Amino acid sequence: MNKKSTFVKWRRYLPLYLMLIPGAVYIFINNYIPMAGLIMAFEKYDYKLGMFKSPKIGLDNFTYLFATKDALNITRNTLLYNAVFIILGNILAITVAVLLNDVRSKTKKKLYQTLILIPYLISTVIVSYIVYGFLNTQNGFINNSILEPLGKNGIAWYSQPKYWPFIITFVYLWKNFGYSSIIYFATVVGIDKTYYEAAVIDGATRWQQVRYVTLSSLKPTIITLVLMSIGRIFYSDFGLFYQVPMNSGALIDVTNTIDTYVYRGLTTLNNVGMSAAAGFYQSIVGFILVLTANMIVRKVSRENALF
Amino acid sequence: MVIKDTKYQVVVNTVLIILSLMCVMPFILLLSSSITSETALVKTGYRFWPTEIDLSAYKYLLMDSTSIVRGYAISFFVTIVGTLTSLMLTTLYAYPLSRKNLPGRNIFAFYIFFTMLFNGGLVPGYMMWTQMFHIKNTIFALIVPGLLLNAFNVIMMRTYFTTNIPEEVLEAARIDGGGELYILTKVVLPMSKPIIVTLVLLIGLSYWNDWLNGLYYVNRDNLYSIQVLLKKMMDDIEMIKKASAAGASTMKMPSISIRMAVAVMGALPIMCVYPFFQKYFVKGIVIGAVKG
Repeated sequence: MNKKSTFVKWRRYLPLYLMLIPGAVYIFINNYIPMAGLIMAFEKYDYKLGMFKSPKIGLDNFTYLFATKDALNITRNTLLYNAVFIILGNILAITVAVLLNDVRSKTKKKLYQTLILIPYLISTVIVSYIVYGFLNTQNGFINNSILEPLGKNGIAWYSQPKYWPFIITFVYLWKNFGYSSIIYFATVVGIDKTYYEAAVIDGATRWQQVRYVTLSSLKPTIITLVLMSIGRIFYSDFGLFYQVPMNSGALIDVTNTIDTYVYRGLTTLNNVGMSAAAGFYQSIVGFILVLTANMIVRKVSRENALF
Repeated sequence: MVIKDTKYQVVVNTVLIILSLMCVMPFILLLSSSITSETALVKTGYRFWPTEIDLSAYKYLLMDSTSIVRGYAISFFVTIVGTLTSLMLTTLYAYPLSRKNLPGRNIFAFYIFFTMLFNGGLVPGYMMWTQMFHIKNTIFALIVPGLLLNAFNVIMMRTYFTTNIPEEVLEAARIDGGGELYILTKVVLPMSKPIIVTLVLLIGLSYWNDWLNGLYYVNRDNLYSIQVLLKKMMDDIEMIKKASAAGASTMKMPSISIRMAVAVMGALPIMCVYPFFQKYFVKGIVIGAVKG
């Protein structure tokens, strides 16, 4: 290629490169500088010196972090809650998607779709108000309108850890099942009707149709969604674990996750070092998990891999 | 399908009606307690049906409460400015990526895609925004961190461009002597209304519902958006409870119905917009999750 045509080519593409600049700058600041800032996990943070110049102290932050019982606790909570969310969430969503597809009336089908997505669209703060409406000790719906008429004593929900694994799971499923149901439903709708017809001719029962036609057609979507959630298994919805239990100290053993721990360390406990170490732990393990999950998808079904 | 299945239809519909009610009823509880008189609330607790209707909570919010009106104004401002800026950044980034022959296109795609796999997390982000950019207690704190541009939206838009805008259309516009910016704004965007509506809804939703930026970067009450205000009101309930348990005097706090009225107001714009654009929300969710 001669010089002139290279020049023409660049002049032609220059406007496109210019368009990329604002976004690229924003991503550099918003995402890449904090990645470099992970080095804070190895520093004794000094507000005057900042992220990159504070004194390096090697692995001290990690030694402290993993010496506390918090490290084990937050890892356990984050992993277990996510495991339960993945299993129950997908079972519920697939069931709802199959049921939705079987609804004959088009109007009803659309109505159900519209209604089950509502909780997903509401901020977690408002969800926490709703949960409070049900659970608060003095005027909550459950204590006042369910337990009292049954002649039972009210429960101080916000100070009883034993109930919270169930409450958190319930709230999570309530808020998110509509979202994943809709994703599965979109795939179910796309299944070729002739498969079902063939199955019916072969004498398949309804359950066999679901099992051999619906579920096997959903397999790629299930794999993609489950592995994507496994890639995010070290992350939690901060609002769900912090705001919904109203940051209650009595519940901390069952509601503390890596995200709430990092936030508390940074703000209330003012322990930047340990907070940064926990954040580093989350970023790195999270990254390894995404890569591993994706590698497995590539092995199982290439076209469903993220990259 | 040949199914003789009135019974089955009844079962399916019953299950879905129950699930739909479970999604809607909690909001009825919220709404009902916001229009119930305070005395009735204290006596009978939260109910799905108001025992004594009383609209004074809303009257108070609209007439006497500057903080709520201000919070609402801030939420609207942040949502509108944030959404427009974000849409612009997303479009400008997605369009070049959709051009198959642009040299280096894969590098730019990977550059943004990588942020989906790896991130620095809260602590370095917080230090950067507060120490390097001094964003604390400015309106930028509610707009800029985290929300302006994300890889999902870029990928969604790029996919739309590559699959829905034929190469020949771009070629024709170029032959007519249109510059790239002209092609983008006059040719490509008018053909991309569905994805624009979808993105406006998804981005608008994330701005309207955001309270984390407010939580991290704002502690002056004249900058509280409605969601942050709700969060702070919840904290106050807890603080007052602890204080009164310790025998301190009872401070004045927003009554139960007012709190619930604010929560209703926080959800209201979404509830108003959602039914009309349901189709676009669903579309956005589906392409975002599966093809993203």
